[in-house]
Amino acid sequence: MMSARDFWQLAAYISALLVLAPILGRYMARVFRGERTILHPAVAWIERLVYRVCGVRTEQSMHWKEYAGALLIFNGLGFVVLFLMQMIQRWLPLNPENLANVSWNLSFNTAVSFMTNTNWQSYAGETTLSYLTQMIGLTVQNFVSAGTGIAVMLALIRGLTRRLGRGIGNFWVDLTRSVVYVLLPFSVILAVALVTEGVPQTFSPSAHVTTLEGQEQVVPLGPAASQIAIKQLGTNGGGFYNANSAHPLENPTPISNFLEMLSILLLPASLVFTYGRLVGSRRQGWLISGVMLALFLGGLALSLNGEFSHNAAIGTQANMEGKEIRFGIVNSVLWAMATTAASNGSVNAMHSSLSPLAGGVALFNIMLGEIIFGGVGAGLYGMLMFVLLTVFLSGLMVGRTPEYLGKKIEVKEIRMVMLAVLAPCAVILVGSGIASVLPVALSSLTNRGPHGLSEILYAYSSGAGNNGSAFAGLNANTVFYNVTLGIAMLIGRFAVIIPSLAIAGSLVIKNVSPPSAGTLSTTSITFAVLLIGVILIVGALTFLPALSLGPIIEHLMMVAGRTF
Amino acid sequence: MWDFRTGFRMFLVLTILTGVVYPMAVTVVCQLFFEGEADGSLIKLDGSAVASRNVGQSFVDSVYFWPRPSAISYNPLPSSGSNLGPTSDALRKLVDERREALQSAHNVRPAPSDLVLASGSGLDPHISPEAAQYQVVRVVSARHLDDGQRNELLGVVNEYTEEPTFGLLGDSRVNVVKLNLALDSLSKAMK
Repeated sequence: MMSARDFWQLAAYISALLVLAPILGRYMARVFRGERTILHPAVAWIERLVYRVCGVRTEQSMHWKEYAGALLIFNGLGFVVLFLMQMIQRWLPLNPENLANVSWNLSFNTAVSFMTNTNWQSYAGETTLSYLTQMIGLTVQNFVSAGTGIAVMLALIRGLTRRLGRGIGNFWVDLTRSVVYVLLPFSVILAVALVTEGVPQTFSPSAHVTTLEGQEQVVPLGPAASQIAIKQLGTNGGGFYNANSAHPLENPTPISNFLEMLSILLLPASLVFTYGRLVGSRRQGWLISGVMLALFLGGLALSLNGEFSHNAAIGTQANMEGKEIRFGIVNSVLWAMATTAASNGSVNAMHSSLSPLAGGVALFNIMLGEIIFGGVGAGLYGMLMFVLLTVFLSGLMVGRTPEYLGKKIEVKEIRMVMLAVLAPCAVILVGSGIASVLPVALSSLTNRGPHGLSEILYAYSSGAGNNGSAFAGLNANTVFYNVTLGIAMLIGRFAVIIPSLAIAGSLVIKNVSPPSAGTLSTTSITFAVLLIGVILIVGALTFLPALSLGPIIEHLMMVAGRTF
Repeated sequence: MWDFRTGFRMFLVLTILTGVVYPMAVTVVCQLFFEGEADGSLIKLDGSAVASRNVGQSFVDSVYFWPRPSAISYNPLPSSGSNLGPTSDALRKLVDERREALQSAHNVRPAPSDLVLASGSGLDPHISPEAAQYQVVRVVSARHLDDGQRNELLGVVNEYTEEPTFGLLGDSRVNVVKLNLALDSLSKAMK
C-alpha cells in the first residue's frame, strides 16, 4: 500500500517541476532570442570565443538543407571520433585500470548510441571504458547530442513563426548557446551537488578495500559526477557504471535521487514553456505541458497500481526485486516513468524486474515516440509532429484548410509528419519481428515466456525511441544486437530530425494568415483532448497487438500464478 | 551545404570545453572541498580502507547482520541486478530457497521481502529496519551476548536506522556495512 508520505513524495516532485519549468523556460527563451540574461556576465565571453575560433558567421541564417548539412557533419564527426577512440583506448592515456580495446561492433553501437542521444548501454562502464573514453568520448556527446536536439527544436519554431523567410537560423549558434548558457552551467551545479552526496569525481584509479570478512573488494572510481550530471540534464541516460543510477556510487542518497530525477524532466518540461514564449502564445505552451502532464500522470497511476499489487507467481507483496532500499518502490516507479517519458533512459531500478503493468507502461511511453516531455528539444519537435497531425485531422473533419499558428499545413508538411511519426514505429515492429524468430537473437534472452518477448520489444523501442533504458535480461552485447540496434537508433533519430527540418524549411517561406471565425483554436480544451486522442490512437493501433503478447498477457499470467 | 571547416573546428572546441575543461574544473573544485566524497567515501580502520560507506559488502558469518541477496555476490566489476522478471520460474525458486535458508537460520516467521529479493545494483548497502530487527536474535546468540549487551546492540541498531530525508524522501533503512563495523567496535569495547 502507498503511504501518505509516498503521496507527498510524488507531490513534491511534480510541484518542484511545475515551479521550476516556467522560470527556466523564460530564461531559455531569452537565451535563444540572444537577449541578455543573468548568466551573461559569467559566460558570454565563452560564446564569443567559440564563434571567433571556429569562424562562425553568426548573422547568417541557414536554408534548411544547409542547417541539416551542418548538423549531419557535426554528428558524423562525433560518431567517427567516439568509434575510433574506443577501439584504441588501450593505447591512450587516462586508462588506470588498463582496460582493453573495445570490439568494433560494441564501439559502433556505443558511438551511435551517444551521438543520437540514446545512450543504450551494451557496455558496462566500470569494466569496459577508460576514464578518457568516458570523458572525452561520452561526456562530450552527452552535451552536443542534447544541444543538437534543442537546435532542431529552435529551427522548427522559426519555421512556424517567421513570415516569408528563407533561413531557419544558424545551427552553430543554436548549438553553442544551448551548451554554453544551459547545459554547461546547470551541469556544473548538479555535478558538485552530487559529489557532496557521495558520487566520485577523481582521476585516481579504483580503490581496493579489504571487507570486514576479509575479502578483496574493488571500488571503481573515476570522473563520474561530471558525466552523471549531464547524463541526467541532457536526457542522455548512459551510466558511468553498469547499474546506472541504481549504483550506490552513481546515486548514493534520497537527495541525489531527487536531484537526478528532477533533472530528467527539468529541461524537456521547461522547453515547452520556452516554446510558448518563442511562438508568442504562452497558452500554447501551457496546453502542450498540460497534455504531457496528463499522459504522464495516467501512466504513473497505472504503474504504481501494478507495483503495489500482490505477485501470485513469486509469492511476494512488495516488489523489491531490482530495487534499492534507499529509494523504495515509489521513487523507483516515479523514476521509471520519468525516464521513459523523457527519452532519458537512466534507471534507478531494473526495469526488467518491474511488475508487468509498470514495465508495460514504461514500454508504451517509449513507443508513443518520446513525446511526453521527451528528449531535450527532441520531445518538443516530436510532439509538434503530433500537433500538426491533429490540426490536419481536425481540418479534414470540418472541411477547412488546416492552419497552425497561422501557417497553412499542406500535403508536403503532412507527408513529412507521417514519415517522422511512422518511421520509428516501423523500426520497432520490424526489428522485434526479426529478432523474435532468429535463433542468434533468441539466445540472448534471460527470461522465458511473454517476458522474453518484452525484452526484445523493449530493446527495439528503446533504440528507435532514442531512450536507452533496457529490460536488461537481454544480453545485447552481441554482433546481432549491437548492429541492428545501432541502425534502429540512427533511423529513430534522423528520420525524425530531417523531416522536422524539412517542415521548418517549407513553413518558413509561407505567410501568416490572420485568425478568422473559422480558425480552429489550438489552445482550447477541445484541442487538448483531440491531441491526446490522436497520440493514444496512433500508439494503440500500432502497438496493441505486440503489447498483448508481451506485458498484457504476462500480467494475466502473473495474477493466475504462472511462471515460465 | 557541406561546411566541413566550421564543423571540424566546432567539434574540436566543444570537445575541449565539455570533455576537458568541464570535468577538470569539477574535479579540482570537488577535490579541494569534498575530497573524501570525491574519492569514494572510504571508511578507514587503522589506516587501511575497509569499505566505501556507499557500497554494500557480502556478509555470511552469523555474527554479522546479513545484506540483501546480490546477483553479483557484491563484486562490483561490473554492478548488476538479476533482471529476472515478475513471472520468472528461476526467481521463484531463488526466493523459495532464500526463504527457507533464512527461516532455518532465524527460527522465526517469514523473512521481510527485501531479504529474499536482490537489489538493482547488486551493491545495495542497506536493508529495511524490519530486516535488521529480524536478524537481531541470531546476531545476539552468535556473539554470545548477555541481556545488557543485547540492549546495547539494540541501541546500535536503532542508532544506525536512518529515517527518510527531511521526513519525506526515500525509505527508512539501515546501512549494513556501517552497522556491522559498529558492532565490531562494540564487541571490542566489551572485551
